[in-house]
Amino acid sequence: MADQQTLQYTPKDFKSDQEVRWCPGCGDHAVLNAIQKALTEMGIPKEKFVFISGIGCSSRFPYYMDTYGFHGIHGRAAAIASGVKTANPDLSVWEITGDGDALAIGGNHFIHAIRRNIDINIILFNNEIYGLTKGQYSPTSEKGLVTKTSPFGTVEEPFSVGELVIGAKGKFFARTVDANVALSTQIYVEAARHKGTSVVEVLQNCVIFNDGIHDVVTGKEVRDDRTIILKHGQPMIFGKDNDKGLVLNGLKLKVVRLGENGITEKNLLVHDAREANPGIQYMLANMRYPDYPMALGVIRSVEGKTYESDVEEQINGIRKNAKISCMDDLLLSGSVWKVE
Amino acid sequence: MAKNSQVIEREEVVIRFSGDSGDGMQLTGTLFSDTAALFGNDLSTFPDYPAEIRAPQGTVGGVSGFQVHLGNSEINTPGDFADVLVAMNPAAIKANAKSVRPGGTIIFDKDNFTEKNIEKAGYKADPIAEEKLENYNIIAAPVSSMVKEALKDFGLDPKSVLRTKNMFALGMVYWLFDRKLKYTEQYFDKKFAKKAQIAEANKVALRAGYYYAETIEALNPVIKIEPAQIAKGNYRNISGNAATAWGLMAAAEKAGLKIFIGSYPITPATGILEELAARKDLGVKSFQAEDEIAGICTALGASFAGNLAVTSTSGPGLALKSEAIGLAVMAELPLVIINVQRGGPSTGLPTKTEQADLMQALYGRNGECPVVVIAASTPSDCFKYAFEAARIALEHMTPVILLTDGYLANGSEPWRIPEMKDLPEIKPPYADKKEIPFLPYKRDCETLARSWAIPGTPGLEHRIGGLEKTLKGTVSYIPENHEMMVKFREDKVANVVAKIPDLKVWGEESGDLLLVGWGGTKGYLRTAVRELQSEGYKVSHAHFNYINPMPKNVREVFSRFSNIVVAELNLGQFSDYLRMNYPEFVYNQVNKVQGLPFTIQEIKEKCIKILEEK
Repeated sequence: MADQQTLQYTPKDFKSDQEVRWCPGCGDHAVLNAIQKALTEMGIPKEKFVFISGIGCSSRFPYYMDTYGFHGIHGRAAAIASGVKTANPDLSVWEITGDGDALAIGGNHFIHAIRRNIDINIILFNNEIYGLTKGQYSPTSEKGLVTKTSPFGTVEEPFSVGELVIGAKGKFFARTVDANVALSTQIYVEAARHKGTSVVEVLQNCVIFNDGIHDVVTGKEVRDDRTIILKHGQPMIFGKDNDKGLVLNGLKLKVVRLGENGITEKNLLVHDAREANPGIQYMLANMRYPDYPMALGVIRSVEGKTYESDVEEQINGIRKNAKISCMDDLLLSGSVWKVE
Repeated sequence: MAKNSQVIEREEVVIRFSGDSGDGMQLTGTLFSDTAALFGNDLSTFPDYPAEIRAPQGTVGGVSGFQVHLGNSEINTPGDFADVLVAMNPAAIKANAKSVRPGGTIIFDKDNFTEKNIEKAGYKADPIAEEKLENYNIIAAPVSSMVKEALKDFGLDPKSVLRTKNMFALGMVYWLFDRKLKYTEQYFDKKFAKKAQIAEANKVALRAGYYYAETIEALNPVIKIEPAQIAKGNYRNISGNAATAWGLMAAAEKAGLKIFIGSYPITPATGILEELAARKDLGVKSFQAEDEIAGICTALGASFAGNLAVTSTSGPGLALKSEAIGLAVMAELPLVIINVQRGGPSTGLPTKTEQADLMQALYGRNGECPVVVIAASTPSDCFKYAFEAARIALEHMTPVILLTDGYLANGSEPWRIPEMKDLPEIKPPYADKKEIPFLPYKRDCETLARSWAIPGTPGLEHRIGGLEKTLKGTVSYIPENHEMMVKFREDKVANVVAKIPDLKVWGEESGDLLLVGWGGTKGYLRTAVRELQSEGYKVSHAHFNYINPMPKNVREVFSRFSNIVVAELNLGQFSDYLRMNYPEFVYNQVNKVQGLPFTIQEIKEKCIKILEEK
């Protein structure tokens, strides 16, 4: 890897010559800006970035990046990205996907990439709707949502992305909001530095087919009271006036008010993203309004061996003492006889 | 060992080992084949086993067989009828009675012909009588009791003792054909190096069988088959799946590339993934994916990243991979897709052979979606055609489908081992690092292949994908651009014709009848034509390995024969393909869809009928 000092990129270096075609006001624009900004902070040479996507509005993303890019087929980005990273572990591989792409048609590849802990960064744009096909419910749509294919409301339970990631033995899960470029940039950098599959759920707004779906928690007026930004090693405090926090009450989380019943900062839970046991992180990932604030930030970040490094290690180990080191060796190995 | 004084020589013989799927028949057949090959016979083998891992013991459904055909000249097929059948139980008689040559030898374990087993196999009391086999050379050997006796001092549990029954039977067959025991003994010494007692028990059972056959003069005279006159060189036995895996690794080495296989287990293709997974010493990266689609998509990702990428499957898996093959066509990345055909449709007959995926390989995708299709025709030439598939994929930047089949995959034959230096170089069209900006869809004017820019190369950053593009890689809906790109992709595949050999005619260059085939039926067609020729017919054989594109001289070859007969293991897919491409000829058909290879007889009969009608 080149010396970080010599790599002086600006976000502009990562912009391709393609005109961005997302709808005006779409949350995707902000995600693109945040990722282009994050890439300048990684000390990775530009030619090593590879963006892989599936199908959906967000999956147009690679075209707008002046990096190597591969716009795949619906649901399969995780598999394509797994192949890229396994074939060349030296690359920084990013998967851009959506709630339909990753969790419906691509659900199988999504969980298996996570299970293998391949070092790819999965950015999952969650707008709880199918946008490209113009407004059908997705696997993250809230039960009861009225859409073109659920005119009387859906009767399906939605997936929670974090719950799925942890269930698939995921070691990195973070959540951010499209419009919060500062928080997002920081999270993308952390996701990239994490060795292993990193999943970042972006609460993204589809301005046309599901406008304002996240406003109940991310709206300007309410977000401070309805979200909590988790920071590793920091007490879990939130609220406009920093007056609320989270404690463990029996086996459940509980929102408390500082100063009430003698509660001080010292009583609050301290966030430990690096704890291997996902118990508390699981509860944090599943917090929903109105009972709880929605958790943002890096919820889980646990070290572990990656698939591709284990593959390399195994090959190198075997090659060290192997009797066969080229095809001619193999061809003449075992039961061979000579005809004179 | 005593030499039998009465020995006759024969040119060829077919032996079939048959028993319960737990009786070790595949190993027995393989050991016999190895001994014959090391002696210098040419041979061809065909394992025939049930799809169920262990179907109920003693039933016909659970019969596992291994046929080997050996001779002192070129052997192209595992043979139609067995000269010797080894039957470990009554069900093995039931399954094979019709495929023993009239008057042939049948060896069976009479200890296993209990009332219960006879009934399970669907007989009343006497399988030999009920099948009307009394006039055959029947050898009812007490195999089970003989091994119990021979191993009584070994202190082995009864199950382990009975597990050596197959070696007793093999020993008998070795005596029948005047073979040495030493290769098989060496195998046991190596295999059970740390379990000397088991190795010894197997060797004792083997020798006991040999001496038993000698004592009873099981076959008099003994049959001797001289070594075949074959080209000088190093030889080994190889199965189709192993040859396929090795051909791909050879291509990677020649191209100076790393090899990646993304696959999902499926019968009968799994052996390719297994073979490659074992070759970490050659740096193979094998990825056992979560499904067929991930198999090809990981491979496509690896191809984008600059590896020789491969995915292997069988018919149902090829169906699942269709959309990703389309993406590979659109992205114009090198990719080898191996389809080891089996009986279909749907799950069909997983362990049986068929050639019915031809149309699926050629056309089974949305849009105008051309790929190169080639087919291997013997177990050992799977090496050559896997190498060719990789060469074409890499040099022409295209997915290539290689068709083999269950019969080739599991069959084996002696193979003259090539040297790597004699194989052709492979030179992928890498992008020029100085040509910035890189235009992903700029083409070589001769092949029309685009160039390959590998991620990690500074300055060549670019985007590809499934949407229609312009030369620059920009997404485009311009009608004329789409049509131009469709034609470019079509022509690129068609242009491969310049890099493939002409169709060869085996036999006279013109005549009354040309027997045409493709893929795994070659040995059967070749043998049928050889026999017809020796009977005085003016018949020749042309076999296709390159299906899309076809060699450039097809029309010219066909025009030199009065009749064309196309034989294939489907309802006529290649015949229809020829009709579409060369409509001026009349195509007679020989078709079979039974999950089995042709017999020489059925091909000959059809050819003779056509010749005599004229």
